[in-house]
Amino acid sequence: MNTLPPLTTPAEPTAPATAARRRPWSLTRNERKNLGLGLLFISPWLVGFFAFLLYPIYYTVRLSFTRYGGFGEPVWIGLDNYKRFWTDGLFHTSLWNTLYYTGLAVPIGVVVAMVLALAMNQPLPEIPIYRTILYLPSVLPLFAISFIFWALLDPNKGVVNEFLRLLGFSPPNWFGEVAYAKIALVGLAQFGAGQAALIFLAGLKGIPQHLYEASMIDGAGAWSRFRNITVPLMTPVILYDLILGLSLGLQVFTQSYIITRGGPANSTTFIVYYLYNNAFKFGGQMGYASAIAVFLFVLTFLIAIVVFQTSSRWVNYDLT
Amino acid sequence: MATVTASGFESRSADLRRARRDRMMRRFNTHILPRVVLIAMCVIFILPFYWMLALGLKSNAELSQYPPTLYPHDPQWGNFKAATEAIDFWGFAQNTLLITVITIAASVISNPIIAYGFSRIEWPGRDKVFLIVLATVFMPFPVLIVALFDIFARLGWVNTILPLVVPMFVGQAFWIFLMRQFLMQISPDMSDAARIDGANEFQIFYQIILPQTLPALGVIAIFAGIHAWNDFLGPLIYLINPEKYTLALGLTFFSSQASYDVQFNLLMAASTLIVLPVIVLFLLFQKAFISGISVGSIK
Repeated sequence: MNTLPPLTTPAEPTAPATAARRRPWSLTRNERKNLGLGLLFISPWLVGFFAFLLYPIYYTVRLSFTRYGGFGEPVWIGLDNYKRFWTDGLFHTSLWNTLYYTGLAVPIGVVVAMVLALAMNQPLPEIPIYRTILYLPSVLPLFAISFIFWALLDPNKGVVNEFLRLLGFSPPNWFGEVAYAKIALVGLAQFGAGQAALIFLAGLKGIPQHLYEASMIDGAGAWSRFRNITVPLMTPVILYDLILGLSLGLQVFTQSYIITRGGPANSTTFIVYYLYNNAFKFGGQMGYASAIAVFLFVLTFLIAIVVFQTSSRWVNYDLT
Repeated sequence: MATVTASGFESRSADLRRARRDRMMRRFNTHILPRVVLIAMCVIFILPFYWMLALGLKSNAELSQYPPTLYPHDPQWGNFKAATEAIDFWGFAQNTLLITVITIAASVISNPIIAYGFSRIEWPGRDKVFLIVLATVFMPFPVLIVALFDIFARLGWVNTILPLVVPMFVGQAFWIFLMRQFLMQISPDMSDAARIDGANEFQIFYQIILPQTLPALGVIAIFAGIHAWNDFLGPLIYLINPEKYTLALGLTFFSSQASYDVQFNLLMAASTLIVLPVIVLFLLFQKAFISGISVGSIK
């Protein structure tokens, strides 16, 4: 699939670029040759784009209008799967859980990453040590982190509750209580903050130093410098992190699959968990699972659009 | 870095006092506060891994003690061996390693070729098509799992590693992006000279450009390897028979067998064995990891 046939025609010297400008709608000989070459080099991606992305999207949409158990042929049932959204209580629960989780985990993640990046931007000699420790968890497997958190927050065997007890609290059974299970998962998500912090740090390093010096001459305090220089100049990076974080937050799955199995009382049944169960556990709900997938796709897309639309009001591209 | 006081009207001593206060504030802001924040966060970030090791070394008797002991009083190094025997650890490790190696090979072959087509050849519409590549980074993979499963099932690929490794031969959007950033920094002079000498584009790619991309190839190899080793949802969907399981699935299966009394010591010992290679790799190639990450911040 990946071997490229050897090209026999030797490349000709490039024609002056101005010659191509005269008729922009038709291609010169040289441009046609380059188009062919370019498409040849990107052909693996083109194959993947159609085979593993566009076609599966089309396939998902088509399946979402059917009843299909994974065997035989899908049966067309029109909009029935989508109508089921209105009456399916567990679907509503999964949607609420996902929005609740994403709405907490993503903003907290931005704040934590920003605080870490600001701290790492100071001229401390031991910064590489902090950087190593803080970044390490984000390259480790999420499934392993989930196991570790499960042990860490266990009411009897976990060290967190033991500390809290020593401090005089009566700590909850984190993953066993409806009110705390999602909160505990939001906490787990923060162990990936090191990655965003490094991206933020690169952004901080790119802020021209003279802006700070000028504002200090004008007598601006640290908070005012942060508020009026750092934050506005970091908004493009924050936007990038926000979009990526929202997309990932809406996909939350592994943690709840491993630790809580959607419980207690469905309080960690997220959209993808519900989708997975419908497709692979509840026996033959692949049509409905596809409708949920379409819903998740549209939801992710809409949220990204809304963030982009509002971003023109708070993201600053002028000064970078 | 001297503190500037603009006022000329105040007395000298007040000026000095304010300068000293400012200096102390600055010291607090640049040296003390960041250290406190960073050390506190590092302690919080290390704690889970300490607990993984501590539980991993506890005996069954010590594990069931309440309140829990804060460190293993009688470390059971045999737990590591027991953990590899409670599940078919080495079998699962072999399966995982096979997927990882093929993923790495596929990624270092496909991504440079694709990125070359997006950076070193001028063709009409190239940058517009590249925007599509970038957009696919945000595609939520779980949306596709039902369709992909059904498509691969019809091909007879389910319960093999094919659905996990074949898509790696067509490039991954983020790694194409990373490679393209790198390729665009290479000067066109040598390629142009080779073109005049009659070299074809594939020769230029293979003999002139590829040798210069080794650092970027290393970054992609590491990221691809980590991605495959860490993957959970992919194997969960496509691998059905326990003998095909990866470590992620094997361990999940082990933990779900005893739903009331999880053997946390063996689970943590096994987790340690899984996490350890990644940690070692990270410490060895930290620079590559971090350079890969910061590419994401280039606008």
